[in-house]
Amino acid sequence: MKICVPKEVYTGEKRVATTPDVTAQLIKLGFTVAVESGAGLSASFSDDAYESAGAEIIRDTADIWLSADIILKVRAPEQSEIDQMKASQTLISFIWPAQNQSLMEQLAAKKVTVLAMDSVPRISRAQKLDALSSMANIAGYRAVVEAANHFGRFFTGQITAAGKIPPAKVMVIGAGVAGLAVIGTANSLGAIVRAFDTRPEVKEQVESMDAEFLELDYEEEGSGEGGYAKVMSDEFIKAEMELFAAQAKEVDIIITTALIPGKPAPELITEDMVKSMKDGSVIVDLAAEQGGNCKLTEPDQVMTHHGVTIIGYTDLPSRLPTQSSQLYATNIRHLLADMCPDKNGEINVDMEDEVIRGTTVIKNGEITWPPPAPKLSAAPKKAPEKKPAVEVKEIKKPGVLSYLIPFIAGGLALFGLGLVAPPEFMQHFTVFVLACFVGYMVIWNVTPSLHTPLMSVTNAISSIIIIGALLQISSENKTIMILAAIAILITSVNIFGGFAVTQRMLQMFRK
Amino acid sequence: MPSGVITVSYIAATILFILALGGLSNQETSRRGNLYGIIGMLIALLVTISGLVTANYGLLLGGVIIGGTVGLLLARKVEMTQMPELVAILHSLVGMAAVLVGFANFMDHSIAYTGVDKTIHDIETYLGILIGAVTFTGSVIAFGKLSAKISGKPLLLPARHWLNLGILIACIWLGVSFVEQSAAGSGLTPLLIMTVLALLFGIHMVMAIGGADMPVVISMLNSYSGWAAAATGFMLNNDLLIVVGALVGSSGAILSYIMCRAMNRRFVAVIAGGFGTSGGSAAAGTEEAGEVISIDAEGAANLLSAAKEVMIIPGYGMAVAQAQHIVNEITKHLREKGVNVRFGIHPVAGRMPGHMNVLLAEARVPYDIVFEMDEINEDFPDVDVSVVIGANDIVNPSAQEVPDSPIAGMPVLECWKGKITIVLKRSMATGYAGVDNPLFYKENTRMLFGDAKESLESVLKLLPD
Repeated sequence: MKICVPKEVYTGEKRVATTPDVTAQLIKLGFTVAVESGAGLSASFSDDAYESAGAEIIRDTADIWLSADIILKVRAPEQSEIDQMKASQTLISFIWPAQNQSLMEQLAAKKVTVLAMDSVPRISRAQKLDALSSMANIAGYRAVVEAANHFGRFFTGQITAAGKIPPAKVMVIGAGVAGLAVIGTANSLGAIVRAFDTRPEVKEQVESMDAEFLELDYEEEGSGEGGYAKVMSDEFIKAEMELFAAQAKEVDIIITTALIPGKPAPELITEDMVKSMKDGSVIVDLAAEQGGNCKLTEPDQVMTHHGVTIIGYTDLPSRLPTQSSQLYATNIRHLLADMCPDKNGEINVDMEDEVIRGTTVIKNGEITWPPPAPKLSAAPKKAPEKKPAVEVKEIKKPGVLSYLIPFIAGGLALFGLGLVAPPEFMQHFTVFVLACFVGYMVIWNVTPSLHTPLMSVTNAISSIIIIGALLQISSENKTIMILAAIAILITSVNIFGGFAVTQRMLQMFRK
Repeated sequence: MPSGVITVSYIAATILFILALGGLSNQETSRRGNLYGIIGMLIALLVTISGLVTANYGLLLGGVIIGGTVGLLLARKVEMTQMPELVAILHSLVGMAAVLVGFANFMDHSIAYTGVDKTIHDIETYLGILIGAVTFTGSVIAFGKLSAKISGKPLLLPARHWLNLGILIACIWLGVSFVEQSAAGSGLTPLLIMTVLALLFGIHMVMAIGGADMPVVISMLNSYSGWAAAATGFMLNNDLLIVVGALVGSSGAILSYIMCRAMNRRFVAVIAGGFGTSGGSAAAGTEEAGEVISIDAEGAANLLSAAKEVMIIPGYGMAVAQAQHIVNEITKHLREKGVNVRFGIHPVAGRMPGHMNVLLAEARVPYDIVFEMDEINEDFPDVDVSVVIGANDIVNPSAQEVPDSPIAGMPVLECWKGKITIVLKRSMATGYAGVDNPLFYKENTRMLFGDAKESLESVLKLLPD
């Protein structure tokens, strides 16, 4: 099947849905790939690079749309693009079906199949095609870069000849994929990072990235379906706002990423909080497109209010076009690879497959969105109430008596033995007991990696039993002689074999 | 030769044997240690032959030469993966020799004992033969199981514990009647019956033990062969035999203990045979199987080449697939790229103590990057990629997470705490313990299905130069 990648038409969109590397991999899957001339230019992928990866370069936009079996895009198609689509084509791009009802209807009317990269179910297996996570990661990174750009100081603390520089303090609200990317990036610039999230299970992730997790005294579980956050109670929000108000006075940079699926972004930073911030502070609002977490955010604008710069860019991934194109293209490749298991260049929209079912929003003109609820939540659901106090096994403390008993028993046995045994036996017995102790001390020092040689060498020396046979071989009794001869034969196998194989093994151990 | 010289030589041999075992405390001194052992053995043999043997030199030399040649050939030919089998069969020879020497000694009436001495001597003979016989058949069965000539599955006869107890009581009763009859000059019949019973007991005992418990069995048989030598020493009034027997016996006992501790099982439970027979429901609570994420060789190669810290965890499957050489190739390749590759070895990985170390040494993996479980287990959070090759139970998180799992409490390599774990496996079958392994369903686990050797070969090809 032919995959076509048109140039993005949305103003300012710099990303492209495939890269030369991914093109080569798609061709390996059996597809043919065509790219509109100049499609990758703003993401720094030249036509030549695509061509040498095996793609056909098509100059005429109409040709691209006409000849395609599968169309890969980043942004949802615009009116002019929808008009060029025809039945039985497959479109893979961001769609946002919940917000774009009319777009869905128009596409359905065209009898096409549409896979929405924003509707990939959040299950483990689908992580490799989760374009939202890829983009959120980039947005988080870029948010820090934007903040640093508008912030008049270092992020890192330093002690210089000219004086001490305190590190910048960064507060991150919402520790999802974007939030964690913010934490990582801000941390690597040297800032002190704090993070807040309504879902307590992310605490561990935040702390694993060396950030401080801000906690409320108020207890309420904030995890909703699919690993996303949900709307919280009023009391919780009140406690949360107090926390933010206190933090706002202290921190230099606030980066907010709080989103609740299908709802406008919660307003978390009030005008009063902005007022209380130090002059020169920066707020980056990653929720700007959904209305913003900050009261004063204007989408796509950088504004200064009360001495605080508020950044409301909604196109952060597009501001790192090469990186985001790479990740997005790889996500799409994983999706295509899943749909084309035979690597024959034919895709199969398998509605039995949970991942493909969730991603497919229109199949042959029929709207299949929303999909049935996912079977598994990203975070494992809490096991049904652990049994209170699994009956604590009573471990009896070994009393003095239990230590003493073996000793007493051993002592009595030895005493009994001493009463009856002849002195010669007792001599041998002494040697035996001492040898056991020597063996015990020596063997504990043997390094575990040499346990196999230890076994083969003890094997060889336990054949010292040959001495018994040697003492007997001179006997005049034929039976004894033959028994002894056989014993000598087999113990010789053991002595020579044991030492030789040990030597062979030890020779192999080298640095 | 004066008896003082013989005694002194035996003391020298004893010291050399102790030094031989002491030398194994690290790799640098181990070769010298083995040399000490050889010299000790040489001294003991030469002194005994020149000082105490008076006739039949031809037969003696013939036996040593033929036996020695066979031994050397075996040692040269054996594959390192077959070491457990070789060790098992060599154990059986010690056991058999103990039986033969015991019988020869019983028939030898040149030294006359009387009274208590006679009774003690008879008991020593009896015990020497008993332990020797159990060691002999036990080792033969262990050999059969290890070389897959006998099924590795535990054979559980009904009422086997009662059977064992019956044999034990019979042996004690036979022992008593043997001592009585021996005082009257006979006693061969109870001795022979006991030998047959002991041989049967050896078979029955090891048949009941499953493949992955072999490290314990081999160490235990190692220990028995030592005790057999010690009992023979008592019988012959020979201190050298007693000392060496005691050294070997305690060595084997310690190894058995270490192996048992590494599986968090009681020694008696292993010897009693069967896994989880007392553990109740095997899979209870672990039903929540999720989805596995599989990966191809190319993906594995990409992960490896992007990693800085790699931990390789080999198991018995690596030995079966003979994959150690290709593992070394990959290790070398990655190390040249500056990747820190290390090996994590679980004490019971493989079929005998230290099995994995020997295999890796054979493939020329430097021993200073091969670590014991306790040395590296806390480093896993810093590991980028862990590669599990043919291991299952030793990386099973349910040992820590599921309190009623049959392997609960067993120390395991915590590879799931690393960033990504690649598991090489032939299929989704459960491990020896029959416990499902939740590791395979973890989000950061990637399954690479197929023969370990073939998979690793294709990974090596795909690693960028």
